[in-house]
Amino acid sequence: MSALPVLLPAAERLALAAERQRALGAAPLRLEASHGLMLLGLFVVGCGIAQAQVGVDKPSVLDTLVKWTPVLAKGFVFNLAISFLAMAIGTVAGFFLGAARISSMAPVRGGAWFTINFFRNAPWLVLLFYCMLLLPFQVRVFGTTIPIPDWTKATLGLALPVMANVAEIVRGAIQSIPTTQWEAAHSLAFNRRQTFWMIIIPQCVKRMLPPWMNLYAILTMSTVLVSIVGVNDMMTQTQRVLSAESRPELLLAFYSYALLWFFAYCYPIARWTVRLEARYAVRQ
Amino acid sequence: MQPVWDWFRWLNQSTGINLSILYDAFDRARFARGFVMTLTLAATCIVLSVVIGVAGAWIQGSHHRVPRAVVHWYIQAFRNTPPLVQLYFFYFGLGSLVAGASGPLVSNVAWAVISLSFFAGAFNVEIFRAGIEAVPRTTIEAAESLGFSRWQAYRRIVLPLAFRISLPALNNNLVNLVKTTTLAYAIAVPEMLYVSSQIWSDELNVPVMMNVLLLCYFLLVGLVVWLMTKWEHAMRVPGFGT
Amino acid sequence: MTTARDSGVAEPIVELHDVHQSFGQTEVLAGVSFSVPKGGVVCIIGPSGAGKSTLLRCINGLVPIQKGTIRVARFDVHALKTDAERIALRKEVSMVFQQYNLFPHKTALENVMMAPVYVLKEDPKEVRERAVALLTKVGLQAKQDAYPGELSGGQQQRVAIARSLAMRPEVMLFDEVTAALDPETVKEVLNTIKQLAREGMTCILVTHEMRFARELADEVIFTDDGKIVESAPPAELFDHPTQERTRAFLSQVL
Repeated sequence: MSALPVLLPAAERLALAAERQRALGAAPLRLEASHGLMLLGLFVVGCGIAQAQVGVDKPSVLDTLVKWTPVLAKGFVFNLAISFLAMAIGTVAGFFLGAARISSMAPVRGGAWFTINFFRNAPWLVLLFYCMLLLPFQVRVFGTTIPIPDWTKATLGLALPVMANVAEIVRGAIQSIPTTQWEAAHSLAFNRRQTFWMIIIPQCVKRMLPPWMNLYAILTMSTVLVSIVGVNDMMTQTQRVLSAESRPELLLAFYSYALLWFFAYCYPIARWTVRLEARYAVRQ
Repeated sequence: MQPVWDWFRWLNQSTGINLSILYDAFDRARFARGFVMTLTLAATCIVLSVVIGVAGAWIQGSHHRVPRAVVHWYIQAFRNTPPLVQLYFFYFGLGSLVAGASGPLVSNVAWAVISLSFFAGAFNVEIFRAGIEAVPRTTIEAAESLGFSRWQAYRRIVLPLAFRISLPALNNNLVNLVKTTTLAYAIAVPEMLYVSSQIWSDELNVPVMMNVLLLCYFLLVGLVVWLMTKWEHAMRVPGFGT
Repeated sequence: MTTARDSGVAEPIVELHDVHQSFGQTEVLAGVSFSVPKGGVVCIIGPSGAGKSTLLRCINGLVPIQKGTIRVARFDVHALKTDAERIALRKEVSMVFQQYNLFPHKTALENVMMAPVYVLKEDPKEVRERAVALLTKVGLQAKQDAYPGELSGGQQQRVAIARSLAMRPEVMLFDEVTAALDPETVKEVLNTIKQLAREGMTCILVTHEMRFARELADEVIFTDDGKIVESAPPAELFDHPTQERTRAFLSQVL
């Protein structure tokens, strides 16, 4: 290798970032306060446009917004609930899948590789459809019938790509632990399983946290996809409200209102992620 | 080919695995059209988004603050919002503005192309800009001190290097774009997902069609990933990286 | 400050007079004047800071100066206006950098050929012959189809020297070219420069290699804070420095 690096560390950093992004499955969200201000500005403009067209008989824009807020809030809660559950299920499943990916047994490794790549290559919407249409609407367990509502199926549908991406994040984190750690544990007579759970995994958690949180932010934004498969999330509610009001000038105001909610939720997460990334920056 | 199709008809009659997209000429044509639509969407959006990326990266290097700010806000808006919302914004929002007397002037396919191209283009601008800025200043200085003009140095040294540096991130983005074309379903663009939903509501063979669909996307995306990896390999700067 | 040599024997090919250069508010060069005779070798030493490298870049026209004059051969570097003049200057003075200066996407041979073909618009076949000859001169004819990433640091620098020579300059500038190299490879690069100097090339080097300076330089210039503190032939400067700052610096590095 040359003593004079041929391209700056910046180029290597970009290649590494691309590698991490590949594990994440999408580009990380970089939210800043200025985005919130921009959205707020859009919202104000939207209200302004709508307000300008309010006649004597129609209620003001703010009244309309306030009137429909509970409905929208219920939809938003759905988005959040779906994101929590999908993330939880996907994380647990993805963790074991990622561990399987580096198993010492070749068939386990191969099976894990296939599963991960299968779910990473599939578009999220197709997986959603798959779960919506093919999962039963109720299931019999020990004599009781448990109904599986639409939103649960959608949650499972979103959990699948999350699982694949978490598996990649876990794999990347485990592989970034230097082999000297394994060697040191081995020479202290830890067996493979003990090494894995007591030495490697605790160190991995720090490295996994920022991309994992990024994935959550991306997932939350992606929960709007469930509106296409018939789940009443905030997007569907917004569309219903707009058609109920049948005032096209409210479009900008309502959609930017909905986006503001998403922003208010995702922004702190994104900021926290940046702070964690800086704190846990891995010095190679 | 007819015996092959007939075998699938037999398969349906005996086992219930209804691959009507193979034995039925009409469904076959429909599905093929859907597949072609997905490919067309993907290819067009890839090309347009790269063009947008190059243009945006070039504008971001300009000395004037206004064009730079415009591109900056374009990127921020399109990379931090769900692409579905962007699609609705273009189709329902702008679409209603552009409606002509005898119906919409811009078709839903066109809006899908526009929306997805701008979505991927925003990421491409960032990617290309990062690639250009990763070329070391000393390399540019070396070119200048050899007598290359700014533009010549750009064309012969900076851009080829920036492109090679950007390639991994660009490939991520393009693969993602191929997957995102499914969103066009939401505005009734007859791409593969939409066509498949039409077929399964006619033929009532949902599980089979879903599996076929998953397999098709797996193969398509896998093919794109494979091509991209090959391309990355061919463009590798020898000796750089691992 | 002029050396004893150019009192008639060889005329100065590089002349700086009261050069001032600032980056924004920071003044980097505060009135630098010296000249270099044709065929002379000048080493510039001094504490780390932007001054020395900036000085070289001013001579080459990469960095504009705020005050003073710089003359290289028949060019007034500070007053160049047209592209043709700039290209003509590049044929007179060439620079080799500390790092990242080879074009990584081209082979060694292509690196050497690029400027004459694209800037000077010379015939590629002739340029190829000359490029191979230059690579042979620096001892790398076997590596002409290797990419920079496949070469060691010392080999890369030698290719960079060959590339600069392809423009047939009268003056060569070297900006700490061995600072980033392993000790073993430093020698091969210094030998190449030695060879050039012995063949009569005018060389201006910014360097930390004191032994090299002592052996090869006609004059050593010590700069600090953007000014020339002392300038003398190596034997005098290294063994009997007259300025306190020079003494302090030398005691740290020698």
